[in-house]
Parts: sequence; C-alpha cells; structure tokens
Amino acid sequence: MAKFSLPANSKVTEGERYTAPSGAKDIKVFKVYRWDPDSGRNPRLDAYEVDMGSCGPMVLDALIKIKNEVDSTLTFRRSCREGICGSCAMNIDGQNTLACTKAVEDVKGEVRVYPLPSMPVVKDLVPDLTHFYAQYASIKPWIRTQTPAPPDRERLQSKEDRAELDGLYECILCACCSTSCPSYWWNPDRYLGPAVLLQAYRWIADSRDEATGERLDDLEDPFKLYRCHTIMNCTSVCPKGLNPAKAIAEIKKLMIERR
Amino acid sequence: MSEFRTPIKDARGLGSSHFGVGHWWAQRTTALALIPLLLWFVIGIAVHGGADYAAAREWVGSPVTAVLMVVTLGAVFYHGALGVQVVIEDYVDGEGLKLVLLLLVRAAAILLALAGIFAVLSIAFGG
Repeated sequence: MAKFSLPANSKVTEGERYTAPSGAKDIKVFKVYRWDPDSGRNPRLDAYEVDMGSCGPMVLDALIKIKNEVDSTLTFRRSCREGICGSCAMNIDGQNTLACTKAVEDVKGEVRVYPLPSMPVVKDLVPDLTHFYAQYASIKPWIRTQTPAPPDRERLQSKEDRAELDGLYECILCACCSTSCPSYWWNPDRYLGPAVLLQAYRWIADSRDEATGERLDDLEDPFKLYRCHTIMNCTSVCPKGLNPAKAIAEIKKLMIERR
Repeated sequence: MSEFRTPIKDARGLGSSHFGVGHWWAQRTTALALIPLLLWFVIGIAVHGGADYAAAREWVGSPVTAVLMVVTLGAVFYHGALGVQVVIEDYVDGEGLKLVLLLLVRAAAILLALAGIFAVLSIAFGG
C-alpha cells in the first residue's frame, strides 16, 4: 500500500534553538529540517532566531546568513539566487517553492523549511533528484528530426509556432511541481510527474521536432501519463507561474485526437 | 534504486504499454452521460416515491423508463469500475494483490450491472 505515515527512523524530533544576538530588533524564527546521514539519529527541527534587520529579504538570504554566522553545517543547494537555476527548491511554509524568490515577510509567524516532499534526503535540505532527472532524460528532451538541419542556418520556425513554446520553455526543472503532486508521491517509479510531462509537451509542441508521434507513443501509458488526476498542486506551486496541468491536458487531448 | 543499475534503467522501466487512452476517454464520456441520466433517475424516483407497487412497476416497465434504466445501470457500473480501478492502481503496490483486486472489482461491477438490468427487463417483459 501507499505509505501514509513516516517510518520510525524518519519521524522529525524537536531540535536545538539558536537565539538571536542581543540588540536584534526584528526577529524572525526559522524552523529548519535537519538530518545528517552519518549521525544515525532521527531528523530534527532546529529553530534559528534571525535578526531581519541585518538580513536580505528572501528565505535564501536567511539560510545563507544562518550558514555563515550561526551553523555552518546547515546544508542546502543554491546557486543563482534569482529564480533561474532551480537549485534552492524546498518546502517553505508548507509550499514547495524557491527559497531565493520567497520573501520572508510573506510568511506569517515562524518560517518552517523542509526539503522537497517525498524524495529521499541526502542531507538537511538536499533531496536526491537522481530518479527525477533520469525520468527527464527518458523522454529524450532534445530535438529529433528525420530532415537534416540546413547546412547554412538554423531550423526556422514561424513567430506563431515559437509562441506555442511560451509557458513551456521557462521551466527550470526545480521539481517543485512533481514533488507537490500526490500522484507522484504514490507512484514515482512509473508516473513521470508534472515537470517531466510539461517538458515532454514542450517537445511535442515544437514545430521543428518531427518525432511527435513517437513521443506520444512513449507517453501512452496508464502510469506514465494517466496517473495525473488534475489535482492541480503542480500549477498552484510552480515558482515560475507555469501551468503543468494544462500541458498534461494538452497531451491528453492529442491522445484523443490521434485515436 | 537497485544496485548496479543505472537510474535510466529504472526510469524507463518496462516502457510504455500503449494503453490508457480508452480507459480515460470511457471514464470521461460515461461521466458526461451520467449527468442527465442520474438527474432523470433521481427526479423519477422522487416523483414515484409515494407510488404503490403496481404504479411503480408500471413506471419501471414502460419502454422509455426501462431503456433509460438499463443505460443508466450500464454507465454507472462501467464508470464506477473504471474509477475504483484507478484508486487501486494509485494506492496498492503489490502486483499480485493489485491484480486480484482489479479482477474482483471488474467481476462485482459486471454482476451488479447484470443483476440490475435483469431486474428491469423482468419487470418490462412482465416476468
């Protein structure tokens, strides 16, 4: 059966509390999920009091401040700090999002920070996305054509055809949507999940790609595609404002069209 | 993930079954059909709620009611079986248990639909 509760060694316990330095005026409490694979202990929720008077506005700024000034063992991924690399995807205040574009002031009360749900945890806020990336690779996310590319220029596309890719090409594969999807929680081994299906549709919708039929063939499966029950968590959490649920619906429409 | 297997091996798994469109389409079309059918059914039952045995038999046995009743029964149990199948596929992990449950749901839906249709036809043909 699908697992509805955490195994005993994954239950989160109360952790340490790090108080803010004296003189701090605008204190915000960050409760951060901590787990060290080498310790053999259960995960814990550490509480960090952060002086927002000397901290940047985003959750990532606070995490970096904690790592720099309070606890250097706190582990998380980050790179661009402007919502384009997708590295700092995590669960903040109960919603998957990017720490770098999530404003601290938008969170009422304590800021609870967990790793992306349902993925194996490598350490602290770092999830193991190996399977997610392998699923992405499995849809062959590159142009596939029978016609050779013109020798003297790139493959052309009308402005209208290019516009078909708007709302798709912006996906940064942060995995916020897939790991917010209950269907993906229950069947990650076979269901591709919203992020990978949006990417699959990005190539199906590309006027230059000639493998549309093969791409649809590969998706026509009760698990790969049809585990989507239009729960819409994907669309509500996407930090880039994209609509994976619509992309999946477009794939389903094409499946009907070619019956 | 199994040891000594690449992540791609697991992600590609057994590949696509090239199946599922029919299931999805049937679930949507029966859902659409059930909107007017169930509306008609509920209104019919409400109108004949206080009817005596003979009047109720006459209503069920009339050609229009009998045909609509048979269609409704078929659509309800077909749609129901498809829906429960999805729930089982979602939540049950073991392939053996999953197969047994899917067969049981199919069998139950077919039996109940046939029993209902048989009852309606019996009344219609005055059995």
